[in-house]
Amino acid sequence: MNRRKFLGAMGAAGLGVVGAEKAADAAKIKGLPDSYAVLFDSNICIGCRQCEMACNRENLLPEPDVDFHDPSVFEETRRTNWKTYTLVNQYDDEAPGAGWLYRKIQCMHCMEPACASSCFVRAFEKRQNGAVAYDPKVCVGCRYCMMACPFNIPAYEYHLALDPLVTKCTFCEHRLVEGREPACVEICPVQAMYFGTREEVLQEARRRILENPDWYQNHIYGEHEMGGTNWVYMSPVPFEEVGMRMDLGNVPAIKFTSGALGAVPIISAFWPVLLVGAYAVAKRKEKIAREDRDKFVSRVMAEAGPEASRRLSARLAKSEKLDQAAIEEEVRKALDEAAAKTEREDH
Amino acid sequence: MSNQHQPDTGKSPWITPFNVVTSIIVLIGIYLTYLRFTGGLAAVTNLDDNYPWGIWISFDLLCGVALAAGGYTTAAACYVFGIKKYHSAVRPAVLTAFLGYALVVFALHYDVGQPWRLAYPIFVQQGTTSVLFEVGLCVFLYLTVLFLEWLPAPLEWLKMKRLRNIMIKLTLVLTIFGVILSTMHQSSLGALYLLLPSKMHPLWYSTHIPIYFFVSSMFAGLSMVIFESTLSHRWLHHKMDKAHLKGSDHVTFGFAKAAAWIMAGYFFIKLFGVVLNDNWGYLNTFYGGIFMLEMLGFVALPALMYAHGVRTRNTKLIRWTAAITVLGIVFNRFNVSLVAYNYHLPSEQKYFPHIYEIGVTIFVVTLGLIVFKFISTRMPILYDHPDYKH
Repeated sequence: MNRRKFLGAMGAAGLGVVGAEKAADAAKIKGLPDSYAVLFDSNICIGCRQCEMACNRENLLPEPDVDFHDPSVFEETRRTNWKTYTLVNQYDDEAPGAGWLYRKIQCMHCMEPACASSCFVRAFEKRQNGAVAYDPKVCVGCRYCMMACPFNIPAYEYHLALDPLVTKCTFCEHRLVEGREPACVEICPVQAMYFGTREEVLQEARRRILENPDWYQNHIYGEHEMGGTNWVYMSPVPFEEVGMRMDLGNVPAIKFTSGALGAVPIISAFWPVLLVGAYAVAKRKEKIAREDRDKFVSRVMAEAGPEASRRLSARLAKSEKLDQAAIEEEVRKALDEAAAKTEREDH
Repeated sequence: MSNQHQPDTGKSPWITPFNVVTSIIVLIGIYLTYLRFTGGLAAVTNLDDNYPWGIWISFDLLCGVALAAGGYTTAAACYVFGIKKYHSAVRPAVLTAFLGYALVVFALHYDVGQPWRLAYPIFVQQGTTSVLFEVGLCVFLYLTVLFLEWLPAPLEWLKMKRLRNIMIKLTLVLTIFGVILSTMHQSSLGALYLLLPSKMHPLWYSTHIPIYFFVSSMFAGLSMVIFESTLSHRWLHHKMDKAHLKGSDHVTFGFAKAAAWIMAGYFFIKLFGVVLNDNWGYLNTFYGGIFMLEMLGFVALPALMYAHGVRTRNTKLIRWTAAITVLGIVFNRFNVSLVAYNYHLPSEQKYFPHIYEIGVTIFVVTLGLIVFKFISTRMPILYDHPDYKH
């Protein structure tokens, strides 16, 4: 019996849902080579922010704080928020909007998303078409997904009193189901994004690297990072320089917690045994101590018994005699007094 | 004292310093509640997209749960391991734990975006791959267990003898349930942070963090019992009967001894953590300084102080040590959830709680004090009910 089977068996005995669910998830999303994917090429992007505008319109988002044509936004490194599902940052030292190194940010649509494994109401689901979809109808608003996401994508509507939700890029899933590309991909005037199945997208990326090895880092970001993503990136400079962490590793997030969750059935099954055992030991100790004490007392009694009872009866006999004497004395006194009294009355 | 452990007659004056201060805090709390549920989280917190969890998680949840650990440790020592001399400490500890957990759940209603859905993970759709699901399930179940463990006190107060005797028979089962649920729950609060290695400082991130949280909860609970009994002796002395007063020294020395040992063990498993992950290089940094302060000032030092206090039978030293240990647990939970988290962010993007956030936390703690006082001055918590003396 290997470890997984053992855990499975323990799970079946106890809180089995945990193990079973995980196995099912893993099988469902293995690879998904036919899911949709997008390749973003930092070599091509010119920072026009048309994609931001298209996203805003497609998803009926509120007006932005700064106009989509205002290059001043490039002065700082931005992140997604409730008004912005996607955005472009500038990573070179040129004047804002006049640079050569840009990167677009949006949900990476991980193959095994951290947000999904973090969510305690399963509000996130990895779809067959590649999108990581969010279900606003069950979201409690605990924001653990925001803690969990290694790419800092989900944002929250902190300003809403009654129905705040998590917001993030949808991969324009409503368009995917019609076989259409996302709005941001469609509008891009320079085709900085390449849309296809994940297999096609990876092949295209490899082709570009092979054809122009001097232009590209020999790495496709997202092919393996955090277990692989459906948005993958190419860059002319090391990925750290376009704000992408290279230290995330290739292990999907769900693996980080599976060990701890696997311990649940073992603890819940074995702790009672241990504790009842401890209780039994304590009880038995108590019982042995009591028996020892009783035994000791009766042994002392048995040894000292005959002598003690002889002395006791002697003492009793003696005191009885004394008592007798005392009673007789009292009676005598009373009689004398009575006699004296009669004498006095006679006079 | 002729009126010892008698219920309040209701004639005590209403205008006391305690009542005045708590009333003001409660009024402020009600106002902040109004702000929170009309203006959203943005109106009362400094939370943002990079810091979705603030002090309501760090203090109200992580510290609240750790400091409520006295419930399971005391009950286990008394009923499972059969150390009867701790009996007088069980009821105050269980009451504290019950109120602690109740307040954790209460405080979460402020923190989550849509609190009316708080039971969804249990009753609507179960996200079983989530550590937070384990946390939620354990809070829900353990709150129920703690309520049942606490129930004999109000039942004695209300003179419901039969029901009370049934509940007493369940003591051992409930205690064992309590230990199981606490083990999983305390450790899973640490396990929450397993999911985000890329955002956590390596000195606090470890695959053993669930074990760190569980082990530290044990001495947190023990210290909290000592600390709280100090406060009770100060303010509620007249509610204690002879058995409680006599047992209190046993509890202080016994718990201090246990805490000293567990803290020594904790110190070494944390040290092994540094060795195993080869974190020596970080000790020389700013974060290393905080880590060393936590480990030396709030674990090693109080462990030695406890040991010394037990050897020299120094109650006063032990009580001070308990306060330091409790503070140390708060320091640790804050370090994990706010200092180590997002350590790589530039300082201008870091989070500092809004004054209103702190206000809500003070409000929640004050509610706990008020309810604790209400219950312990009326129900048999610090004394045995005359009908059930043994």
